[in-house]
Amino acid sequence: MDTNKLTQQDIIRQGEQVYKRPKLLLDNTMHYCPGCSHGVVHRLVAEVIEELGIQEKTIGVCPVGCSVFAYNYIDIDWQEASHGRAPAVATGISRVNPDKFVFTYQGDGDLASIGAAEIMHACNRGENIAVIFINNAIYGMTGGQMAPTTLLGQVTATTPKGRNVERNGYPLKITELIAQLPGTSYVTRQSVETSVSVRKCKTAIKKAFKNALAKKGTSFVEVVSTCNSGWKMSPVKANKWMEENMFPFYPVGDLKDGDKADPALYSKKN
Amino acid sequence: MAKIKGTVVIDTEECKGCGLCIGACPQHVLELSNDVNNKGYHFSFMKNPDKFMKDPDECIGCSNCATVCPDACISVYRLKI
Repeated sequence: MDTNKLTQQDIIRQGEQVYKRPKLLLDNTMHYCPGCSHGVVHRLVAEVIEELGIQEKTIGVCPVGCSVFAYNYIDIDWQEASHGRAPAVATGISRVNPDKFVFTYQGDGDLASIGAAEIMHACNRGENIAVIFINNAIYGMTGGQMAPTTLLGQVTATTPKGRNVERNGYPLKITELIAQLPGTSYVTRQSVETSVSVRKCKTAIKKAFKNALAKKGTSFVEVVSTCNSGWKMSPVKANKWMEENMFPFYPVGDLKDGDKADPALYSKKN
Repeated sequence: MAKIKGTVVIDTEECKGCGLCIGACPQHVLELSNDVNNKGYHFSFMKNPDKFMKDPDECIGCSNCATVCPDACISVYRLKI
């Protein structure tokens, strides 16, 4: 082959396609802002469901927040829940349909603020669901207000001089709290800013989905994300800001990997 | 030794011009266009896609750009020669 005359069309025709849009991702253009981490996590969810071949038995529960329209983008069954109540709705669905695989997809305002009670109790009961938690330290959809996970000193629409302990309290590390609950089997924190971290995040989501399919209790994947519109930065700058400011407070890695707690440890003594 | 040549095809109408793929590319073959697509975004595109052999900074088909793309608008092809 005369490699000097190799054109782009030749590579496409003769070569193999190593990356393509997952089939489960519908053709609708996502309404997310340019560079939003939601798009990457949606694609990872679609890829994992496609690879596990569980499209027909998967039911997702959308939250309220930016990802409220998730049902427009991934070709599986979805149920909409009211604000913060996705784990409660998922509990009902998974108990009525034990043969189905149920996961929730929630943001930090939804899961850590208004739905803190629901997620705590769902994880404590050890429901056989997977939870994907997008933590971007801000209420993105409503215009960049302070969330429970907002860092100290971070400027938002409602903390124009930066978050202050006296006034607004401390940021909430909800993933650390959930890791202590006996009903969870896999709790991890991931991110999606580089190709390496995206691949690691995909592995984590796959493991969480497999755990839920194997009825091993609740699996929880936090994804430390950017909200470049809310943070008022370019997508590339937002990723850099996340690496410098979010990662020291929200370190990436597995917090818990194992099985549900042994009931004998929690039962009454004779 | 077998060499690998890659190329990417970007759905320029889906692209929102966030520029994450440009930072993720180890070979620096992508850049933002001066033109805009129908949505008004400066879409990402491949510089000189046909000058593979003459240009040392060529695409290797690593699919890093497609992995970080939030809108899943990049397809990656690879050819062994």
